[in-house]
Amino acid sequence: MSSNATLDVVVSDVVTVNSLIKRFHFVRPDGSPLPAFSGGAHIVIEMQDGDTIRRTPYSLMSSPLNTTDYQVSIRRDDEGRGGSLYMHQQVTKGMPMRIGYPANLFSLDKRAPKQLMFAGGIGITPFLAQIHQLLKTNGNFELHYSARNEKLGAYVSELKQLIGHRLHVYYDDQDQRIDFDNLLSTQPAGTHVYVCGPAPMIDHVLTRCKAHGWPKAHTHFEHFAKAPPGEPFTLELRASNKFIEVGENQSMLEAIEAAGVDAPYLCRGGACGHCETDVLECDGTLLHEDHWLEDDERTSSRKVMPCVSRFKGQRLVLDR
Amino acid sequence: MATSAKDLPFKQETYRNDFTFKNSPETVLRAPFPFDKDSYMYAVNMELHRDGRPGTAFEAPIDVDEHYVAEMQDRALVLDEDPLRYQSLPHMSLAGWDTLELLMTCKAETYPQWFSLTRNGDNWHWINRPMGIDQHFVFGDESTLPYGPLEYITRQAQGDFCVLDERDDNLWMDAGMITTQADWSLDFDIGMNFFEWHAPVPLAHEKGIFIRALKYLRTIQQGNPARRLNWTMTVNPRLDTSPENFHIWGPENTHITPENVADKLYLRIELQSFWRLPRSNALLFPIRCYFLSMRDLSTVPKWATRMHRVLQTLPPEIASYKGLDNYRQIAIDWLAQHDDGSPTTEGPFPD
Repeated sequence: MSSNATLDVVVSDVVTVNSLIKRFHFVRPDGSPLPAFSGGAHIVIEMQDGDTIRRTPYSLMSSPLNTTDYQVSIRRDDEGRGGSLYMHQQVTKGMPMRIGYPANLFSLDKRAPKQLMFAGGIGITPFLAQIHQLLKTNGNFELHYSARNEKLGAYVSELKQLIGHRLHVYYDDQDQRIDFDNLLSTQPAGTHVYVCGPAPMIDHVLTRCKAHGWPKAHTHFEHFAKAPPGEPFTLELRASNKFIEVGENQSMLEAIEAAGVDAPYLCRGGACGHCETDVLECDGTLLHEDHWLEDDERTSSRKVMPCVSRFKGQRLVLDR
Repeated sequence: MATSAKDLPFKQETYRNDFTFKNSPETVLRAPFPFDKDSYMYAVNMELHRDGRPGTAFEAPIDVDEHYVAEMQDRALVLDEDPLRYQSLPHMSLAGWDTLELLMTCKAETYPQWFSLTRNGDNWHWINRPMGIDQHFVFGDESTLPYGPLEYITRQAQGDFCVLDERDDNLWMDAGMITTQADWSLDFDIGMNFFEWHAPVPLAHEKGIFIRALKYLRTIQQGNPARRLNWTMTVNPRLDTSPENFHIWGPENTHITPENVADKLYLRIELQSFWRLPRSNALLFPIRCYFLSMRDLSTVPKWATRMHRVLQTLPPEIASYKGLDNYRQIAIDWLAQHDDGSPTTEGPFPD
């Protein structure tokens, strides 16, 4: 069932954070508080980009203790399909927009005696919200934040003020590197690890956690895959008895929605599993981009996550 | 306050000893009858909890009915005897505040004549007129309430409440207020995960029901609650059929006779709903119990007919698990007078 609850909001501010990142503030039209949320939650922003409706997930960075507005920071991606470009170029103060209710796929384990956080670049945003929550409950945490250079290190000065010595910043251009092996081998028992950043950083942290014997249940990551652009293809929806075209800059899920077919979704970033769809016939290659499917499901071409994955070949039939 | 409790339509009645509990005819008609066809099998029978069908128990997101005050008095008695019916592990405090907020706002919005909530930042003022409660407190500060937030508000809300923490791709029974249960124990299940606390259920594991149900529950979002119905049968309108008190109610299972079955045997319906809690990301799982005696059922011809057919065709494993073996045939024999063999209409609602 895909009838996700949505909120009508107004853009109350657009702030340039640095040369790549803008921050967007959303309020309710009547100024009343937005729904409470938990640190690590994201919202899906609906964008009416010409004839296309794009829905893209962004982590909430504002304090869960203050929901007079929601804030997200968006890094411009010049190579993407256009979601971040739309936000950077088209969205202005005062514009009405629609967003989904907050949903959390990157929740803190509230039992942990210590939270160890690794952020890379724009991956800092969910930690900002979590830190506000941890400060309120006197939680024990430590944040290691790496950015390309000082200019692109968003929110470093705010964080220094907020959490002082619990912040450790690393700049690539100064050859500063997070010493994962040292950190992962010197934590108190029961610590939980959280990582959000570029895919190679997440992979590296998970690999090092495994090497140091960390239990899987104590390692948490969030990475929203992006639906990459690609060659257009034809898709058959067997249950709806429709043939549809998936455009170059369109995801399968967006094409399914544009055809008026109701399809479930939650994160739209290949992470939550909500849009998992059975593949009935596949004459060609599925280009899986998600973090959800198991390896055997991927190689057998029986399942696909239409929010991020694509197809190359002659014929693809989905049970939708 | 302007309205005194005795002006309100709440019954003085008991769920134990003399069992004076009784449904008014209107309350019978609004019950969430659990069978949408003439047979029953386990299924992932989830649907969105937001249709608000007038004149039914689904009309309000959190239903309050004529039994409210009596049910809360019964809960207080259970807690006096056995405080472990309420438990909350230390990491569930935030989920308790989430629950308090959800129940207070739902009730104040749906029933402004009975409940009111005034918020000024974190300074909240809660009035519960049926129970004579007028409470100022600071949201988030446990020292300003007579109980922890979860216990405080669930002493004022009908039905049981499980609070499930979500982690490790699973749900964990880490807090709850359980006094109106169909033979399960929070003290036994506390800290268990979804598969562990469902382990005793027959047939459903083999059908993959719980794997699918967990997958569904984990995707429940804020603003989009879901629900399902479950059922069993109970001798006497006894809310507290707990394992802890089996020695009290267990023997009553053999007390049903053809003469007393109409008024002594009850269909026990559970309206289960599922809510994503905003600050804690936990899931709130209220289990609200509705009783219909066999005589209550007979006032709705479609329901009596269908109950007859469901009991006749129920798989024996399910009948045993639900504890119906001692009286199932007696109930079938009594209900037979309401089943002339003609087809019933689709769906659960009365014709």
